[in-house]
Amino acid sequence: MADLPPVIEAHDIHKSFGDFAALKGVNLTVAPQELVFIIGPSGSGKSTLLRCCNLLEMPTRGVVWITGEEITKRGVDINQVRQRIGMVFQSFNLYPHMTALGNVALALRKVKKLDRAEAEERAHAALCRVGLDEKAASYPTELSGGQQQRVAIARAIAMEPAVMLFDEPTSALDPELVGSVLAVMRELRESGMTMVVVSHEMRFARDAADRVVFMDEGLVVEEGTPESMFGAPKSDRLKTFLTSVSGH
Amino acid sequence: MDRFLDQFFNVEVMVKYLPDIIDGFWVTLLLAALVIVSGLALGLVLAVIRAFQIRAVNIAIIVFIDLFRALPPLVIIIVGFFGLPFAGIQLSGFFISWLSLSFVLAAFAEEIFWAGITSVNKGQWEASRSTGLGFAETLFEVVLPQAVRMTIPPLTNRTIAITKNTALASVVAVPEMLTVAQTSLAYAANTSPLTLAAIGYLIIFFPLTILSRRIETRFAWKR
Ligand SMILES: Nc1ncnc2c1ncn2[C@@H]1O[C@H](COP(=O)(O)OP(=O)(O)OP(=O)(O)O)[C@@H](O)[C@H]1O
Ligand SMILES: [Mg+2]
Repeated sequence: MADLPPVIEAHDIHKSFGDFAALKGVNLTVAPQELVFIIGPSGSGKSTLLRCCNLLEMPTRGVVWITGEEITKRGVDINQVRQRIGMVFQSFNLYPHMTALGNVALALRKVKKLDRAEAEERAHAALCRVGLDEKAASYPTELSGGQQQRVAIARAIAMEPAVMLFDEPTSALDPELVGSVLAVMRELRESGMTMVVVSHEMRFARDAADRVVFMDEGLVVEEGTPESMFGAPKSDRLKTFLTSVSGH
Repeated sequence: MDRFLDQFFNVEVMVKYLPDIIDGFWVTLLLAALVIVSGLALGLVLAVIRAFQIRAVNIAIIVFIDLFRALPPLVIIIVGFFGLPFAGIQLSGFFISWLSLSFVLAAFAEEIFWAGITSVNKGQWEASRSTGLGFAETLFEVVLPQAVRMTIPPLTNRTIAITKNTALASVVAVPEMLTVAQTSLAYAANTSPLTLAAIGYLIIFFPLTILSRRIETRFAWKR
């Protein structure tokens, strides 16, 4: 495994929106089967960093490699690359005019070019993995928030990506529904999926993360194992942040 | 009361002019159907093209829709019919009416479709693109189906309002239903032919409103 390239390697990523610098030179390396957990205050650039990894945002400067392939250079077929990077959003973003099955099958048909039967078979398999195959025929509005987010996870994993990006996957959920989504993420983790998770679920970070990255004001301020980050934070900013999140 | 009945529901007059009105009905129906199909189709195509955000093309589209939304349809028909021959283009009154009203409907429909497209949540685009679908695939598979469904009520209203302008084709000598009714009215010195025409319009436009309501409920999904 040592000879495999990192799944994600982002080097010196800068991203500006107009005059405002959201990222000011961030490095992020994610090894195969690693779970990297990103924390930081609101506006610190966590989402922007994730979105730079699949080029939903184009970095103003810097280079991103996905499984060894540079994706920030000209002429890269980004749709080809994105198949290998699953993304889960805070607001689920399921397609409201399609059933759960349709949501999962769409990219299998259109991107992987599978015929309908095969796409639906794989979509069913993905829905099974998130424990929702019995909801295959339901429309998103007929599902709870937790179920919608699990369908969104199924939509991403059905593509068999090399890495999954989670941007606050449980932040929009009622507290009692958070557990079902975290359980699915744990299961994914145990199956060896490489994951980058932005979240405020510190307990999940302690249990499941290999590494925690703390960002503030567009920079990585500190990173390390969950034990060292939560147990013995070095920087004052991380200490302040941890008190602020444990305060409620 | 008797005089009212005689004025609007004179059976003798109605029977006499019914065949003429029916001829006019078919002309109106054909013109209306053509305008609806080509106007909505062109409007949708323009909205889709606009989504690609090619600057020069978008400017052209916006000029087109602003022009055809601002000008009264009557002016467009008259200019087309009496103006185009000077450019060496001679088209029938029917064709000019069809073209003019199609453009007017397309202009309004484009604006409505476009509003629908832009009102689809940005997250829908991102979710689709993140799984590897391209811009056009996302537009057609994810965004347009949602946009079109949202636009059905305002679109129906506009379509009916503009399609009623088929009556304007009378100025370029198209024998559509209202023209026929007016001529008959003059000959008969009685307004009963107009009653027939009114019934004719109801026959054309009632199904349209019902159809749109059907489509609306069929495709509605809870939010
Ligand atoms: N499209 C955009 N246009 C302008 N500014 C943006 C855009 N996207 C993000 N920003 C700004 O960049 C900064 C970083 O945003 P980002 O969403 O990455 O923060 P975050 O760490 O994810 O915060 P949160 O915890 O609130 O989600 C913020 O100040 C935000 O306002
Ligand atoms: Mg964010």
